[in-house]
Amino acid sequence: MSAPLLRVRDLAVTFPPRRGNPAVRAVEGVSFDLAAGQTLGLVGESGSGKTTTGRAILQLQKASAGSVELLGRNLTTMSGAQLRGMRRHMQFVLQNPHSSLNPRMRISSILTEPLLVHRPIPRDQFAAKVDSLLEMVGLDPEVRNRFPHEFSGGQRQRIVIARALAVDPDFVVCDEAVSALDVRTQAQIVTLLADLQTRLNLSSLFIAHDLALVRRLAHRVAVMYGGRIVELGTAAQVYENTVHPYTRTLLDAVPVPDVQAQRKRLRNAAPPPVFPREYDPRHPCVFGEVHAESGTPEWHEIAPGHNVSCRFWPAGMTPGQ
Amino acid sequence: MSDTDFVTDDDAPLPQRRKAANGDRWMVGLGLAMLALMLILTLLGPLIAPYDPSMTSPNSLAPASAQHWLGTDSIGRDILSRLIIGGRTTLLITVVAVCLALAAGLVLGLTAGYIGGAVDQVIMRVLDVIFAFPVFLLAIAVVAALGPTVPNLILTIAIVYTPILARVVRAPVLSVKSWDHVEAARSVGVSEFRLVTRHILPLAISPILVQVSLTLANTIFTVTALSFLGLGPPPPDPNWGGMLAEARQFMELAPLTVIAPAGAIVFATLTFIVLANGLREMLDVAGKR
Amino acid sequence: MSDPFLKVRGLTAAFTTRGRDVQVLNGLDFDMAAGEAIGIVGESGSGKSVTARALMQLAPEGSSIRLGGSVTFQGQDLLQYSERQMQTLRGSQIAMVFQDPMTSLNPTMTVGAQIDDMLRRHKGLSARPARDRTVELLERVGIHNARRRADDHPHQFSGGMRQRVMIAMAISCDPALLIADEPTTALDVTVQAQILRLLLQLREDLGMALMLITHDFGVIAGMVERVMVMYRGDIVETGPVERIFDAPEHLYTRALLAAVPRLDAPEAKP
Repeated sequence: MSAPLLRVRDLAVTFPPRRGNPAVRAVEGVSFDLAAGQTLGLVGESGSGKTTTGRAILQLQKASAGSVELLGRNLTTMSGAQLRGMRRHMQFVLQNPHSSLNPRMRISSILTEPLLVHRPIPRDQFAAKVDSLLEMVGLDPEVRNRFPHEFSGGQRQRIVIARALAVDPDFVVCDEAVSALDVRTQAQIVTLLADLQTRLNLSSLFIAHDLALVRRLAHRVAVMYGGRIVELGTAAQVYENTVHPYTRTLLDAVPVPDVQAQRKRLRNAAPPPVFPREYDPRHPCVFGEVHAESGTPEWHEIAPGHNVSCRFWPAGMTPGQ
Repeated sequence: MSDTDFVTDDDAPLPQRRKAANGDRWMVGLGLAMLALMLILTLLGPLIAPYDPSMTSPNSLAPASAQHWLGTDSIGRDILSRLIIGGRTTLLITVVAVCLALAAGLVLGLTAGYIGGAVDQVIMRVLDVIFAFPVFLLAIAVVAALGPTVPNLILTIAIVYTPILARVVRAPVLSVKSWDHVEAARSVGVSEFRLVTRHILPLAISPILVQVSLTLANTIFTVTALSFLGLGPPPPDPNWGGMLAEARQFMELAPLTVIAPAGAIVFATLTFIVLANGLREMLDVAGKR
Repeated sequence: MSDPFLKVRGLTAAFTTRGRDVQVLNGLDFDMAAGEAIGIVGESGSGKSVTARALMQLAPEGSSIRLGGSVTFQGQDLLQYSERQMQTLRGSQIAMVFQDPMTSLNPTMTVGAQIDDMLRRHKGLSARPARDRTVELLERVGIHNARRRADDHPHQFSGGMRQRVMIAMAISCDPALLIADEPTTALDVTVQAQILRLLLQLREDLGMALMLITHDFGVIAGMVERVMVMYRGDIVETGPVERIFDAPEHLYTRALLAAVPRLDAPEAKP
């Protein structure tokens, strides 16, 4: 088997104590692989550490432990200059299209900037590349001399995507890339992303809080809670054979566009379970293993490729419930 | 797609960006016009000054007349010519000093704001020490120690105003550096230098421009005040502060000898204040994202 | 037959900026019965939020709004009201919950004091009974240790809790109509479900009418009886919620519904 495009191992991010607040372990023990051309959906609620994970993978946030290997090279130990060079292979699409474009730069300069930095093509081809990028994301190349504020949110997000694709990266992190947009604009951008992924054989980490949206794009899904991945599997495994109670809770909370079903849900829903943060490896976990004795990780394979963590199980809840 | 008939863009017709009001532009225009007048007079000084500013004549303390529009001073020199030539010295010191202060302020403010942490602490605390002295007292002390030559005056004033400009640079840099587009640029692989010059500074420029204008106004005042106290550029070259000092004792005999340089000082100061206010209002509005 | 609870006829709204008028509502007609729950669905720029603001006669920050037509609420034409009359009406008869509770709560006052204020102003309660009622309201919206938490400032609450505080304040004077403008858009899914459940329960218990404004058909589904779909300042379709979901007539409604991502219907992936 060939090596994965991206290999993340035991990634951890700890924010140092500040102004009397204790240190925060935002991300802990995050590990996963991403194959070329695949999309991994990373879902979780605010504070789950999903955005920090994305930034730590891109080395925009210093990891306190663990490794991130892209194309077989470890990013965490690289020098600043080496890392800048590697950025040609990994790009970032931020959440808010209204703030992620420099308001004082024209569209052509915004799209030329990655080319200037990495020089993948000779300078005299930059203008043609800008036009082809704009066309690729469905914008008229005539807009190249406009400023970002002249565009709507959806159009700006297209420009952000075009910038990310300017240097033909292998891997893109999309952090809540469509959550600030209207539903129909969302659908259009998601269609565009899906289309680009196939055409360019792009790998991506799609970070989102909207589980339904992730379902449309992701081949595999990782669910984060409390800075850790609690469930990881193919989209079908996670959505249809949900094992972790936290994933279940998330799925149950998604409103369904069906009047009868949604009415029933709102009326009959049990109060959400309380997920304990504390965990003692000296006691048997929900799967009956004592990790302190067996030395195995708190990570259980339910089916091939489908893993869950035995952490954060509410009292009395057993797997499969 | 079936929804192509309906525009998806959220181009809500709600008023989102306000254009600068005409009043604000008008103010900047007035400031620029005053500045242009001043620059023309001083740059073309030797060509348009009717007399040699150092040429004395027996016709001393003359009132305004067709020969001497603004009269003559105590030793019969033409006041208008002295004003025009004196303005060159005063404005030269002011502009060069503020440019130096701005350069130093940019370097220090950008370094402190962008790098942050201990570097920021050290730079800002050192500047605080300078800032703690009243500007004018500090200027008197330095000029008195180094001697009142034009280069010394420029250096002194540059040092005195550097902390103010550094602060004005640092504050917006501190906030702009955490904006999304900076992170986006960093993720593209943009170098630190380009990040600062292309993605941070252009968005922090409005308060800096306003402060530069205000500093110019203050500096004019400081330069003339130092000259008035005899710490200005040495004679025989005329300068506004010196003219005021010389004329003080003849105030009652020939009011123009005082009014003319005082008027010039007020005009120059006002120019930069008008410009600063106009810029502030115009940029404040247009700079909103 | 008497007038309906709320009767809106030919409602227009225009923003005036620097002498230029931009029309954002093109003459809306709709009725609402007492105790009814109605949903307004639309994207940004559709005028859905402006409709709510027009009923309350609140202009967004830094702009002025010109209204036309008529808004008859419980037999009174609100557009004829003076600003003073509107002030008494806002909060006591019609209350509103916004998307971002942080901008509508005063950050310098404790949440208890803010609700006390409402009760004292609109209900004429004195300090002690007002505080008792405040604590009761906070408990009602699911805030534990309500008596102690009433002395906290808005920033000490999480987003969901802050929205609960906002709701407590909105229902404090038993309004006949509660307008909720994207009340859950900024919240996590689990918190969103809790807030929706709370709104549903309060409406049943208090019998108030609810106007729920959102861009998300999923949010509307279980909450309302009737839906109005807005596009660019017009109501393009209105009808019972089941009919709108099962057999949308207008192309725009269909497009909107089709765009809602569904958990059960994955797209073909690359």
